[in-house]
Amino acid sequence: MFLTKDEERMLAGGKGPAVQKAMRLLVALGDVLGADRLIPIESAQIAGVSYGNIGDAGMELLEDWAEQGARIKVKSTLNPAGMDLERWREMGVDEEYHARQLRIIRAFERMGAEITCTCTPYLVGNAPKRGAHIAWSESSAVGYANSVLGAKTNREGGPSALAAAVTGRTPHYGLHMEENRKPTAVVEVKARIVTTYDFSLLGYTVGRILGSGIPLLIGVPRADSDRLKIMSAALAASGGIAMFRVKGTTPEAGGLKTEGLERLCVDQRELEITRERLSADGEPDLACIGCPHCSAKEMRNLARILKGRRVGRGKGLWIWTSKGIYNLSKREGYVSAIEGAGGKVFTDTCMVVCPLEKSGYKHMVSNSCKAAHYVPSTSGLKASVTDLHNAVNKVLEGQ
Amino acid sequence: MPEKVYAGRGVAKFVGEGEALVSRQGISFFGGVDPKTGVVKEKGHDLCGADVTGKVLVFPKGKGSTVGSYVIYQLKKNGHAPAGIVNVETETIIAAGCILAEVPLVDKLEVNPLEVIKSEDHVIVDGKEGKIIIRK
Repeated sequence: MFLTKDEERMLAGGKGPAVQKAMRLLVALGDVLGADRLIPIESAQIAGVSYGNIGDAGMELLEDWAEQGARIKVKSTLNPAGMDLERWREMGVDEEYHARQLRIIRAFERMGAEITCTCTPYLVGNAPKRGAHIAWSESSAVGYANSVLGAKTNREGGPSALAAAVTGRTPHYGLHMEENRKPTAVVEVKARIVTTYDFSLLGYTVGRILGSGIPLLIGVPRADSDRLKIMSAALAASGGIAMFRVKGTTPEAGGLKTEGLERLCVDQRELEITRERLSADGEPDLACIGCPHCSAKEMRNLARILKGRRVGRGKGLWIWTSKGIYNLSKREGYVSAIEGAGGKVFTDTCMVVCPLEKSGYKHMVSNSCKAAHYVPSTSGLKASVTDLHNAVNKVLEGQ
Repeated sequence: MPEKVYAGRGVAKFVGEGEALVSRQGISFFGGVDPKTGVVKEKGHDLCGADVTGKVLVFPKGKGSTVGSYVIYQLKKNGHAPAGIVNVETETIIAAGCILAEVPLVDKLEVNPLEVIKSEDHVIVDGKEGKIIIRK
């Protein structure tokens, strides 16, 4: 791989041992992936923040790097942690877990990351411009950045995103190259796609059938950012899809050559198969909304739905968002409306990466297929999917 | 002792040696290997119950969550890392883990390692030179 003089210096240890390690990692990964060189990046989104995910191993690595002088060079935001950094007790998180999660956060702080802890960095100030090269992990944000924002990133893991943040570089391959960003399959959608839940079902179904590649979806109504973010999350949960196109909605979707591409059709029946696969028997006792983290518009909508309603005894309504959106929602009165109805709004974490089993609930319902995909394996709760109104209604009084 | 040398690609440029532990299946370190003991715990895996500590682990490639990289690092810190890894063709989870933990990793050998290496062979993994040496 070609390296600039500056990069050679980093690799030789001229900028300290942590930068050297980061550079070694990027160069080796670049070789494995067939990259010809490294390229500068404008921002990083770093995964591997939740203590439950990375354990003592990840915690120790991050502390070692911080100790050895690793300092983040580009705008960098963090994935969700394993708990609400302030209200962790209400989630049932114990002291031990809390202490270790805080060590991870402190290590990131020392390295200079913004303690944002969200899967939607693009809603809270880390929104790269079209064409920008970035190194993001968090598969839903990767899909959103490539497809909706038109920025360029591969699906990074925690270590490679951290190494990119510390060096300001990423290997040049895959979705950083224009020729690899063309659609690889055409998906004709012959189902009624309206709600955010519909978009999540569609994403999960396309990912389930295609597995990988870049689908171009046609026959989908123009979608807002909330619908695109939930679809992006689902596409990456069931498949390894890091980029998609929606005709009429995403940039660069028009005028693309589609001859010779694999074609498939997604109808109502396929969506129903997805719903069945992601739905357990029995009645849910916990509704979780916010996978990906809720936007301000979604918070406003929840506040409206909950007007004059009340969460039932023994039931829970947990809403997940970023600190930035929480603060805004608090000012607008959405948080007090939701919590006044008996719901809880948690920040910095989510149902997928927190120890949800400590909540005491047994069966989660969500409008997000990604949430229902991961929750049974990450925390052992049963999971089901349905649309937002149904999900919320399941845990309200008088239902 | 008969000795065979095969050239490959050194991905994690360190050197180590040990008894081979060969699997025909992909390995997910996250959830699949206990970071505190080095024992493979993935149910149904052909190495389930085996201990990777100090072994030269030979398998096709990594799979599963990218958190697996951190697990390799934790194995190292706990004294339970493999002495080296030989993959048919590696991917980023194993590569990142080996580089972070300084565990030698060689892949893309001129021969299929699953065919030429048998469990209990003594194998030297030379990531610096990009080769392996097998002693039967």
